[in-house]
Amino acid sequence: MKYICLGYIDEKVWEKMSQNEQNAFMDRCFSYDDELKKSGCFANGEALQGARNAATLRWKNGRVSVTDGPFAETKEQLGGIMVLEANDLNHAIQLMSKHPSLSMGGGCWEIRPTADLSAMVQESEARRRTREERIL
Amino acid sequence: MNESTSQNVRKILDDIYRTESRRVLATLIRLLGDFDTAEDAMHDAFSAALDQWQRDGVPANPRAWLVSAGRFKAIDQIRRRTKFETSLEPFIEQIGNAAADEPEPDHEGIEDDRLRLIFTCCHPALRPDARVALTLREVCGLTTEEIAHAFLTTPPTLAQRIVRAKAKIRDARIPYEVPSKEDLPDRLEVVLQVIYLVFNEGYSASSGDAATRPDLSDEAIRLGRLLKELLPDPEVLGLLALMLLHESRRSARTSPAGEIILLEDQNRSLWNRELIAEGTALVERSLSSQQFGPYTLQAAIAAVHAEASAAASTDWAEIVGLYSLLLRMTPSPVVELNCAVAVAMRDGSSAGLEIIDSILARGDLVDYHLAHSARAELCRRLGRTEEARASYERALALAQQEPERRFLEKRLNKLQS
Repeated sequence: MKYICLGYIDEKVWEKMSQNEQNAFMDRCFSYDDELKKSGCFANGEALQGARNAATLRWKNGRVSVTDGPFAETKEQLGGIMVLEANDLNHAIQLMSKHPSLSMGGGCWEIRPTADLSAMVQESEARRRTREERIL
Repeated sequence: MNESTSQNVRKILDDIYRTESRRVLATLIRLLGDFDTAEDAMHDAFSAALDQWQRDGVPANPRAWLVSAGRFKAIDQIRRRTKFETSLEPFIEQIGNAAADEPEPDHEGIEDDRLRLIFTCCHPALRPDARVALTLREVCGLTTEEIAHAFLTTPPTLAQRIVRAKAKIRDARIPYEVPSKEDLPDRLEVVLQVIYLVFNEGYSASSGDAATRPDLSDEAIRLGRLLKELLPDPEVLGLLALMLLHESRRSARTSPAGEIILLEDQNRSLWNRELIAEGTALVERSLSSQQFGPYTLQAAIAAVHAEASAAASTDWAEIVGLYSLLLRMTPSPVVELNCAVAVAMRDGSSAGLEIIDSILARGDLVDYHLAHSARAELCRRLGRTEEARASYERALALAQQEPERRFLEKRLNKLQS
């Protein structure tokens, strides 16, 4: 089953690290990612640019409003996501507990089991089909 | 080359820098795809012009010459930086081709670039303070020091704000374009907000010693005029009219000693008739479009004030009507407060006071000094001196600006005597 792991970091902690510290940290993270890939547990992953490059869309007064910045102005910001293939939540916790990124401090991994919407998708497709038929 | 030619070319270039450098920059950003590269290229082009024009004379189309020189300087720069990197060759070729395809930059193309620059600097995904800083820097050509001074912040802080905004434009890929027809109303609203913010900061500085900082207002009006040339939307006309009509009263709004003078006490012969005529004509043009918005309505209110020869002869019924329209279009407690004051002038102080009290009772504007000072004035007129005193004191506790504080203190003292 797939688990989406949301990696939060304190961007200030990262910025305070020296170039050498950053390199050593990234090397440890990437080599653990390689281990996960070898064991077939790393389904996908993306790193994110800094939160200040974000745009947030909301529904306001009947239309979309675009604002700068991340959804929440908190110390920890989403820094990357990983799609993990694990047997169960305990397995996912086990795998992510060993992720070297946790040692940076100031951040966390939020593990979210994926929801199966296939039944919902099928129902929706049926509804939309019906509507199209009615038009005809 | 003799001394006089050299001085002559320098003077011509200074003039061209003042009138054309923003246009050249706007086009170079499109051709080169990056703010910093374009800025370097533009400065390289101007220094190349200083040498070459002395030797070969001033070209027939200086702007086209500068754009073309800037583009080639940038390609040289990128080549030099990436001598051993082949990965950038396709990119350089692309810049070169885009340049070669480019016909002699015609007027319309150039003006599109200026609009692109404005909409990019005022993108809603940038922080509001960064939009203002970037617009003043890139569109108006103010220096970082000038902007920092105007907004009472330090140049390094302001420089960082601009650097981050440019980095976001590059890294998050905010495109360099005029928004599509569908997005235009929302995006134009942000642009108008930025211009009005700059104007207001100059017209009624949010903090500090002086009540106004005229440089910023001038800059905002210049921006408004530019936008009117590029995109004469009714609300663009409305905002420009609003700024001109406010500006027309500048010298009557404060005494030589820097004290605030209220609208009804102003010497109306000091109002600038030329600005009033221009502003009023713009209001009429916008109103007749039938597609006006809140800026036009606010300008229309300012125009009604402008045409009254004395406070007493003001058409208050007309003003209340315009405020009611404005309230329907953009409901806000501040508009409601302004409307309440107009109602007080039309129907008497107690009618206005009733509305203000209902706003405050809702919990709105309780921290807004002007709500309390308006309440105080109406109470004073009704002879409710103790209430007037309490409201003036509350206003004084909330006011940030020195002239505003002096004004409220004077009113309080007058109440005691």
